[in-house]
Amino acid sequence: MHSQLRLVLTLAGRELRSGIGGFRIFLACLILGVGAIAGIGNLGAAINRGLAENGQALLGGDLEFRLIQREATAEERAFLAGQGEILSEQRQMRAMARLESGTQGRTLVELKAVDAAYPLYGRLTLAPALSPAEAFAGHDGLPGAAVAPELLARIDGKLGDRLTIGQASFVITAVIDREPDVGTGAFGLGPRVMIALDDLAATGLVQTGSQIQTGYHLKLAPGADFRPVVTAVEAQYPEAGWRIGTRANAAPGTRQFVDRIGQFLTLVGLTALVVGGVGVGSAVRAHMATKTRTIAILKSIGAPAGLVFSVFMLQVMAVAVIGIALGLLLGAVLPVALGGVIGAALPVPTAMGVYPGPLVLAAVFGFIVAALFALWPLARAREVPAAHLFRDLVAPDRVWPRPRYLVATGLLVLALAALALFSADEISFGLYFIVGTLLVFLLLRFAGWLVAFIAARVPRPRRPGPRLALANLHRPGAATGSVVLSLGLGLTLLVGVALVQFNLGNQVADRLPNAAPSFFFVDIQRDQYDDFVATVAGVGGTADLKVVPAMRGRIAAIKGVPAEDYPVKPDGRWALRGDRGVTYAPVPPEGTRLVSGEWWPADYRGPQLVSFDARLADAMDLAVGDTITINLLGRDIEARIASLRDIDYTTLTINFALVFSPGMLEAAPHGYLATVRATPEAEPKVFRAVTDRFANVSVIRMKEALEMVDNLLGQLGLAVQVTASVTLVAGLLVLAGSLAAGHRQRLYDAVILKTLGASRAQVLGAFVVEYAVLGLATGVIALGAGTAAGYGVIVGLMNSPFVFDPLTALLAASAGVVLTVVLGLVGTWGALAGRPAAVLRSLD
Amino acid sequence: MADPEIKLDAVRLTLGSAAGPVDILRGIDLAVDPGETVGLIGPSGSGKSTLLSVMAGLEKPTEGKVTVAGQALHALDEDRLARFRRDNVGIVFQSFHLIPTMTALENAALPLELAGAPDAHDRARAELDHVGLGHRLDHYPAQLSGGEQQRVALARALIGRPRILFADEPTGNLDGKTGATIIDMLFDLGRRQGATLVLVTHDAGLAEMCGRRIRLADGRVVADERS
Repeated sequence: MHSQLRLVLTLAGRELRSGIGGFRIFLACLILGVGAIAGIGNLGAAINRGLAENGQALLGGDLEFRLIQREATAEERAFLAGQGEILSEQRQMRAMARLESGTQGRTLVELKAVDAAYPLYGRLTLAPALSPAEAFAGHDGLPGAAVAPELLARIDGKLGDRLTIGQASFVITAVIDREPDVGTGAFGLGPRVMIALDDLAATGLVQTGSQIQTGYHLKLAPGADFRPVVTAVEAQYPEAGWRIGTRANAAPGTRQFVDRIGQFLTLVGLTALVVGGVGVGSAVRAHMATKTRTIAILKSIGAPAGLVFSVFMLQVMAVAVIGIALGLLLGAVLPVALGGVIGAALPVPTAMGVYPGPLVLAAVFGFIVAALFALWPLARAREVPAAHLFRDLVAPDRVWPRPRYLVATGLLVLALAALALFSADEISFGLYFIVGTLLVFLLLRFAGWLVAFIAARVPRPRRPGPRLALANLHRPGAATGSVVLSLGLGLTLLVGVALVQFNLGNQVADRLPNAAPSFFFVDIQRDQYDDFVATVAGVGGTADLKVVPAMRGRIAAIKGVPAEDYPVKPDGRWALRGDRGVTYAPVPPEGTRLVSGEWWPADYRGPQLVSFDARLADAMDLAVGDTITINLLGRDIEARIASLRDIDYTTLTINFALVFSPGMLEAAPHGYLATVRATPEAEPKVFRAVTDRFANVSVIRMKEALEMVDNLLGQLGLAVQVTASVTLVAGLLVLAGSLAAGHRQRLYDAVILKTLGASRAQVLGAFVVEYAVLGLATGVIALGAGTAAGYGVIVGLMNSPFVFDPLTALLAASAGVVLTVVLGLVGTWGALAGRPAAVLRSLD
Repeated sequence: MADPEIKLDAVRLTLGSAAGPVDILRGIDLAVDPGETVGLIGPSGSGKSTLLSVMAGLEKPTEGKVTVAGQALHALDEDRLARFRRDNVGIVFQSFHLIPTMTALENAALPLELAGAPDAHDRARAELDHVGLGHRLDHYPAQLSGGEQQRVALARALIGRPRILFADEPTGNLDGKTGATIIDMLFDLGRRQGATLVLVTHDAGLAEMCGRRIRLADGRVVADERS
C-alpha cells in the first residue's frame, strides 16, 4: 500500500513537471471563487468582531431599556439605577429645526437629548474639541447644540448661528465628528442635532402622545454579567414594555443588515465558485484529452486503471491546492488592504484582520467544487482503453464512469449542498439556491442535448458553410453541451445581476406612484387637529389630506405566546423587530380590501378587536379569531383578530399592519399622522405653512425620504456590483475555457476548408451561424433563469418589490451572446490569416 | 509437447462505428510456441495490428478465446489484464509511445516501478546502457531522435524480462539504417531472454528474419509458413 502510494506520488510529480500551463483557467476559476467567498467571509467577520468589540460604545452602556411615548416612572428609574453603577437617560425624536436669522433654512432633524452622564462608553468627538457639557452650555444666555455637518450644509448655517427647535432657541456650538452610540439609532431621516436633556422641555415638543423614544442606559461594574440584571428587571416589571438591548447585541439592525448582505454575497461567491467548477471540469476534460495517449501507454505496460485515476486525481488536486491557497491569500489580503475604504463606507467600526473561520469555509468549498467537477472527466479518462494506441477513435468512447464514481459524485453534490445550507442564515434561502442551481444545470444540460438532437435531424443545407455549422453542433465529440452549459450559466448570471442592479438602482424615487403623498406629518396633537386640517386645506394645490390617529406599540405576544418565542416565517419577522405604528378606526379606511372576517360596527365598544395584515398573518400563522397582544404605553393589550386585510405597501399611503377597534385606544393619549398630496408649486407653500404654524409637527418630504432610501440601496448596489463582477469574470473564464476546448477542432476545420478553396468570410460565416444558434438557445433559457434568480434575490432576500425590465434583461443576454460570438471568432480569425500548411504542421 | 505460448480459438472482433459495425477479425485460430519468432504480414487494414493487440491483451475479442502464457485473457477484467501485461508482456510501438513528461530513464523504468521493484532505476540504467543510450538517461523524448526514442521503447519493453515481446511495425517511423539497428537489437535481446517474439511488419526482409510468417487478409489468416 505504501509503495503504491509512493508510485502514485512519483508519477503525479512527473506529470506535473511539464508545468501547469494547461491549468490556467482551472486555477483562475478556483482563485476567483475561493477568493470571493474568503474575502466576503473575512469582511463579515471583521464587521461582526467590530460590532462585538464595540458593543458597549455602540449601545451606549452595558444595557439599554428603551421606551416609546412614555418615560419610566420614578420607581422604575430607581430600580434600574440600583442594578448598576450609573444610569444615563437620553431621549430621541424627530423635529423641525430652522435658522433663527434666515427664512430658508428649515429642515427635519433627528433630535437627541442627553444627560450629563452621556456617553457612558466611548467618546463624543466634536469640532471644535469640546466636552459635551461645554458644547451644551452654550453662550449669550442660550443653551448649546452640537449638530451633524449635513445640517449646516442643508440650512446654510455655521457655528455660532442660532437654531430654533420647537419653541426654544439654541446656539450651534460644535459639529459632531463621531457619535459613539449609533448602534441603536433608527433609520435617520434627517441630520443629527444633540442637546442637553435639561433643555428639551423648553422646546415644547414633549407632549402627550409625541413619538419620543426614551432610553435608559445602564453601566455595570467592570466585568459584571448583564444577564442577571435583565432577568431581575423582567421579573420586576413584566409589562413595562421596554425593549432591552445588551452590549452583546448592540446594533441588531446593523448586524442583521451585515448578515443579510453577507449571505447574499456569499451565495454570489458560491455561484462564482460553482460556475468556476464548470471551468474546472472543462479544464480537466481538456487536460485529460491531451493525456489519453499517456494513459493508454501506462495501461499497455501494466498500470491498472485505479492507479491511472489516482495519479491524475492527485495531480489535479495538487493544482487545486495551489489555486485554493492563492484564493485564500486574495480573500485574506484584499479586505485588509481595502480596509480603509471599506471602513469609511460603513457606519460601524470594523476590526480588519484575517479570520480563520471564513478562510476554512472557503477552502472546504474550493476542495469540494474542485473534486466534484474533476471527478467525472477523471473517472471517464480512467476507462481509456490501452488499444487506443493502435487506432484513433472515430468517436470518443461514451464511457459511463463506474458506479463508485457516480456514488462519489452524488456524495460531493450532497456535501456541497449541506455546506451551502450550513453557511446560509436562512435554510429556506439556501434551499432555493441549491434547487435553483441544480435546475439551471439540468435545464442547460437538456438544452445542449436538444440543440445537438435537432441539428442532427434538420435537413442538411446545400451550402457547405451552414452545413459545417450544423455538423459542428452535433458531430461526435462536439462541444455543444459544455458551451451551452457554460454560456448558459454566464448569461443567467448576467441577466440576474443586471436585474438585481436595476431593482437596487435609483429606482425607488422614479417609481413613485402617482397617488403617492408629497408629505408625511408626524406628531400632530389632538388640539391641533382642526387647525392643522384648515391650514393645509387653505393652501391651494393640495389634495387627499388624510389624518389618522397614530401611536406606537410593540407586538408582545401572539396567541398568548411571547413574541420572542413564537415561530414566524422570515418574511414576517420585520414586524417583531421594533415598534410598529398602530391606529384605530371605527369604519374601514378608504381602499381597505378585506380578505377574511368582518369589520366591526362603527359604534362598536366591546372587547378589543384588531384588523390585521393578511400577509403578516400568513407569516405568523394567524387567522380570524386568534389573539395578538400589543404593548402600548407600557400596557399589554390583548385583541382578537376580527378581519384580515390585503395591504399594498407600494402605494406609499398610510398603511397600518394593525388597525384596532376604537374604545380603549381612543381614550389613550396619542397624536395624529397625516399625509397630503401637493402639486410641485404647492409643495414649498405647504411646508412653510405647516412649519410656521406648528413648531412641534415634523414634516417629512416623501421625495427626500425616498432619496435617502435610494442612497442606501445605491451603496448596496455597489457591493452587489463588485461581487457580481467576480461571478461575471468567472462566467467569462468558463466560457473562454469551453471555447478553447473546441478551438483545435475548429482550427482544423477552418484550415481544411481554406485549403479546399473557401474564403475566410465563408468559413467565418459558418462559425457565426454555429455560435448564433448556441447563443439563441442559451439566451432564451438564461432570460428565464436569470429573471427567476433576480426575483429570488430582490423579493426573497431584500424584501423589496421586483420589477422586470425587459430591456435590461434583453440587453444583458444579447451582450453575452455577442461576446461569445466575438470570443469564438477571434481565435479562428488569427488562424485563418496564416498559411494552411503552417497551421496543419502545427496541428499534426 | 509444451503448451503453446499463445493460443487463439475462433477469435472475432467487431468494432462499432458511426457507419455501422466493422468486422476486423473474422475467426482466427492460431497457436504460437514458446520461443517462436512470428511475423504478421498483410496489406493495410487486414487486421495485423488488431490481432497483435488482442494477443497482447490490449483489446478484447468480441468472440472466441485467447490464451497467452497460460492465462485466459478473454476472462480477465481491465485491471487483471494490466497486471498480466506488466508481468508477461513487452510491447514496442511504431510511434514509440513514450510518455513525454518523463525522461528516458523514467520511461524505461516504468514497468518495474509499476511492479514495485525497488531497483527499477538501476535496472533501467543497465537496460538503456544495453541499447547504447547510457549517455542519454536524463533526456526527454522530445530531445531524442526517432531511433533513440525507439531504443528507449525497446529498453522499456525488455526491462521486465517478458515472456513475450510484441512489436507493431517497430521500424515504420525510422530510416533504413536506424531501423536495421533496432531490429538487430530486438532479435538479439529477445533471443537472449528466450522470449517469444511477435511482430507486425510490411517489410519483407524483416518478415524473412522470423521463423514463422502469418499472412492476414480481410481479417482472416490466409497463409502460415515456417522457414
